[in-house]
Amino acid sequence: MNRTVPPASLVRPIPGSPAEPLRHVHQPLPHDSAARHVQGSAAYIDDLLEPEGTLHLACGLSPVARGRITHLGLDAVRAYPGVVAVFTAADVPGRNDVSPSIGGDPMLADGEVLFHGQVLFAVAATSRDAARRAARLAEIAIEAEKPAISVDDAEITGETVLPDYAFERGDIEAVLAASPRTLQGRFRIGGQEHFYLEGQAAMAVPREDGELLVHSSTQHPTEVQHVVARVLGLPDAFITCEVRRMGGGFGGKESQATQWAAIAALAAHRLKRPCKIRLDRDDDFATTGKRHDFRCDYRVGFDADGVIQAYDVDYLARCGYSADLSQGVVDRAMFHSDSSYWLPVTRINTRRLRTNTVSNTAFRGFGGPQGMLMAERMIDEIAWATGRDPLDVRYANLYRPGADVTPYGQTVTELGTMHALIRQLEETSDYRARRAGIAAFNAGSRVIKRGLALTPVKFGISFTLKQLNQAGALVHVYQDGSIQLNHGGTEMGQGLHQKVAQVVAEAFGVDIARVRITATTTDKVPNTGPTAASSGTDLNARAALNAAETIKARLAEHAAMLWGCTAAEVQFRDDRVHAAGQSIGFGELALKAHLDRVPLSATGFYATPGITWDRPAKTGSPFLYFSFGAASAEVEIDTLTGENRVRRVDILHDVGRSLNPAIDIGQIEGGFVQGMGWLTTEELVFDAKGKLLTHAPATYKIPVASDVPADFRVALYPNANRADVVHASKAVGEPPVMLANAVFSALADAVHALNPAVPVPLDAPATPEAILRACEAVQGRAMGGER
Amino acid sequence: MTDTIRKDIRFVRRGAVVALGGFSPRRTLLDWLREEQRLTGTKEGCAEGDCGACTVVLGRLRQGQLVYEPVNACILLLGQIDGCELVTVDDLARDGALHPVQAAMVAHHGSQCGFCTPGIVMSLFALYQEGARPVTRAAICDALAGNLCRCTGYRPIIDAAFAACATEAADRFMAARQATLALLQGLADDAGEVMVSQGNSFFAIPRSEAALSKLALDHPGATLLAGGTDVGLWLTKGLMALEKIIWLGGIEGFAGVREEPGLIRIGAGTSHAEAHAALAALDPDLGEVMRRFGSAQVRASGTVGGNIANGSPIGDLVPCFIALGATLELRRGDTARRLPLEDFFLAYRKQDRLPSEFVTAVHVPRLVAGQVFRAYKVSKRFDEDISAVMGAFRFSLAGSTITEARIAFGGMAGTPKRALLSEAALAGISLADEAGWDAALDALARDYQPLTDQRATSAYRSMVARNLLLKALTELAGADTEVTRLIAHRGALEAAQ
Repeated sequence: MNRTVPPASLVRPIPGSPAEPLRHVHQPLPHDSAARHVQGSAAYIDDLLEPEGTLHLACGLSPVARGRITHLGLDAVRAYPGVVAVFTAADVPGRNDVSPSIGGDPMLADGEVLFHGQVLFAVAATSRDAARRAARLAEIAIEAEKPAISVDDAEITGETVLPDYAFERGDIEAVLAASPRTLQGRFRIGGQEHFYLEGQAAMAVPREDGELLVHSSTQHPTEVQHVVARVLGLPDAFITCEVRRMGGGFGGKESQATQWAAIAALAAHRLKRPCKIRLDRDDDFATTGKRHDFRCDYRVGFDADGVIQAYDVDYLARCGYSADLSQGVVDRAMFHSDSSYWLPVTRINTRRLRTNTVSNTAFRGFGGPQGMLMAERMIDEIAWATGRDPLDVRYANLYRPGADVTPYGQTVTELGTMHALIRQLEETSDYRARRAGIAAFNAGSRVIKRGLALTPVKFGISFTLKQLNQAGALVHVYQDGSIQLNHGGTEMGQGLHQKVAQVVAEAFGVDIARVRITATTTDKVPNTGPTAASSGTDLNARAALNAAETIKARLAEHAAMLWGCTAAEVQFRDDRVHAAGQSIGFGELALKAHLDRVPLSATGFYATPGITWDRPAKTGSPFLYFSFGAASAEVEIDTLTGENRVRRVDILHDVGRSLNPAIDIGQIEGGFVQGMGWLTTEELVFDAKGKLLTHAPATYKIPVASDVPADFRVALYPNANRADVVHASKAVGEPPVMLANAVFSALADAVHALNPAVPVPLDAPATPEAILRACEAVQGRAMGGER
Repeated sequence: MTDTIRKDIRFVRRGAVVALGGFSPRRTLLDWLREEQRLTGTKEGCAEGDCGACTVVLGRLRQGQLVYEPVNACILLLGQIDGCELVTVDDLARDGALHPVQAAMVAHHGSQCGFCTPGIVMSLFALYQEGARPVTRAAICDALAGNLCRCTGYRPIIDAAFAACATEAADRFMAARQATLALLQGLADDAGEVMVSQGNSFFAIPRSEAALSKLALDHPGATLLAGGTDVGLWLTKGLMALEKIIWLGGIEGFAGVREEPGLIRIGAGTSHAEAHAALAALDPDLGEVMRRFGSAQVRASGTVGGNIANGSPIGDLVPCFIALGATLELRRGDTARRLPLEDFFLAYRKQDRLPSEFVTAVHVPRLVAGQVFRAYKVSKRFDEDISAVMGAFRFSLAGSTITEARIAFGGMAGTPKRALLSEAALAGISLADEAGWDAALDALARDYQPLTDQRATSAYRSMVARNLLLKALTELAGADTEVTRLIAHRGALEAAQ
């Protein structure tokens, strides 16, 4: 199906019932930088004009996954033409640790090597080329020890980065024993490289008296500020971190942009010269963490209709060499172990295993995808065991009134939305008729088999670490009526700045061109959380709105004074201010107010209400609300090669009342395709010694244009957020990743067509090899030779 | 040709001829743009020609016509733009007015983080200039196969491409075509030998095979550079200190496909893009292999001769050529020789090529009556991926009896390699006798003991090789490719021809 323009439904403003027409909010306006993106004039770190004398950094990496450094010979590195300095752990004036959490992330290795690719030293040179060449000249002697690479290796060593943690409800053993049917299994879920198109980059510029300005491609400028200060042994106030935009983040720059900024800062601090680092793509792959891969060992008890009685699951997560954000990531897998299903009795146990690999980190969904995929696999297994359509087993287990409490004790709200949305997608995707059609096709097709699935998404919105649920903003109105917008959120392509600007323009009733979006910087808005957990807009738009309302109230008072009316009568619209039969241009009022010494700058703050989660006690509500969605996918596989193709995708997704339907659709489609890549072509392969073999796009395959089905139907579910969120919108960043679970289930369904009598032992990612292996297995043959 | 040796390359930029010398032979076009010209619109995403963020467009003379082609600037050496017009993302908008491709990308919300966007804009610019109208979804996806976007899921980009290419190209580059063509023709007419030197190192552009022969003999350690899609990585990833580079892209008559009785002769310097149509005409499956070969950027740079000479164990084209019975033509000094293509590959990355010897052409026999060709590329991702297994088959039939089979695989050994035992087992069997296939299928396990690597395990490769032969025999026995394949159904490929 060729489509020349997006269906009107994609970009139509969402119908709503605001009190008065909104000119900016709910409109499909383009991304604020779109025109600059297409001209190449949107600047990323490496595009910034370099101050005179800027040096370039490259890192020397460990060729061994685990051991003790017995000799680090750097003479040849220092002697290479153009090299100005070489830095090792001994050169760190403060604390040599870039951890976002409990420590254990040496910026530069100190005696011990923890993973293949760990940074041993950094070279500063007059060119990037010289730095890179010099970095390869070190004499490195490491007394190697046996590394733990896989989850299975770490299970044997028993080493963890954090304590085990579990949710339990009911007597799992008793209910499993009493269940009419039970099954158990082991399901492996692969990791995922972020593959942000802009690799990790930072530039540190010295200022006076030890102050530093750090440009960093980071989702968390505040953490960069704090960690740089810690590494250098300086107060936070000496450091400013700024980021205008990232060329993609996806979680990969939440905690792991920090190391590079800190290395640049160390060099700039020591040399009193601007220093820039931009990782080569291979080094980026080798040194930075990825989505956690999981081994899931599970048991489930159910009745003849496939209704779950008890679900017991152990998640073994490969965390890598340090804790990083693994507490929250694995917790979120637990919070999403239910997918959308009532688990009356359950035990959800997690192990955070230490391996000698990169420290796995945040990745869009933050553990949620792994938890939910396991749940969908469980449902598919029940369907295969009972012979019911998997969608019917899903319906049979959906949360419903009276059965609506999650394993962690929060009650699921908006059950009506959840059910109606799935039912609507079942109808609009013509699920039942296509199911019959596919069965008929498969009956007549020997080599090619088709599969279909429809899976739901329920995703909890809020950081599960309470203190991150706060945001700040700083809004200036200038004397000409132009507005500068600053907030703590960072722009990584998700359109956050545009959405916040729309909210602020709406508040002031001005043309959006008046609102100048600025770089995120810690000297304007301090103590911010990361832009993560899908919450960027919920938090920052609210903070910016609060700032705008403060200024607006002052302007209204001033207008009321001028016109002899009350402030409540003053209206801001059409780029003007109106009351009492009078009207004045927004800029004119700003000038008048300024001349009358009215402050036109204000901070805004927002803290999410109602977040009561107590982790040790395992009580309270971690989420303000849930986002819902559902996807249906139809696939076909070649049973001789395992090659596969997605034929059609239907998505219905709930973003509340969309702040910007074009941006939200972009997040939904992009998230889905990213999830599809995770579950199909994106395979991380480490060798036995811990070296990542899939270390570049030549060997690590993210989706390309032709992988996306031509028949790709995406719609927003008309809804309004019941929770108190800006303009009744809902978060959208992460939930769409899990829409791709439908692709994985559909692929398993296609394999199942070869032999409906047995379950499909398909692990993720469903590469052609994994699919062929599963095809052979269901036909009673073993391909052998597994990795 | 002039007798004097120039010390600079010459190319067209923004309507004028630029002469440039005194650069390192290892300088990439991308680094020159970003670091020396401070033109930072063109991005580095991977530095290995796989993500397309660095895509720029070269206007080149092809058979007297101006053709705009996308290339990856990260692995293209600066010297390789000699004789071309260079167009970068910085050049498209003028006086605040966006190019139609840029405007469509904005209108359709085709950018999110924006980092891949300049490369995507340039790939679509090439499509806008050269793509057939009405543009098809398949053409758009092929144009974008070498551009990774991690944000959008591509749908809005594809929509932007449809919108931008809804009408014939009518931009100022079209308006300037004759003038640009004249400039490029002027450069071609006045193309002399080029030697850009820095100390002992040089980037040389010979203009004749004779000049190349002499240079190669005089500098036996020099690197012969064709498209640079592999050599570029030796520099950006291997950081090899190549001192002497002889570029083969300026040699008169080195590129081009010549029809000869019973075969086609493909000059070593022929780019994959140039060879595509002639190969598709040999067989639709070969055309499909070319469609999936690398990306538009890689096909516009990489050459058929380079693909063979660099000795990839996979090679994609090479197994096809071996199955077709191709022979290779080489030259050293004034001595030319020919050998069966399969004999060129001695061991992993070791070829039967003497120092200073170079590939001049490959001769690929056409199929004759009674012959059937099949080729299958199996990779993790359909587009822009290196094959886990590449299988190519040529069967000669007398009625329903296989009289001869030539089978070659890539990815199954240290070199592209024939399946001699399986070929022998197939000779003389009847297509109707499916049981008779088994001996040939089993023989493949003795022909190949493939390795496990990041692309696939040995077990998978062995099973896929077997199943590809089974698939080929099934198709040979009459099964429609509609029921044996997910993509590249031969009926559709033939219709598209």
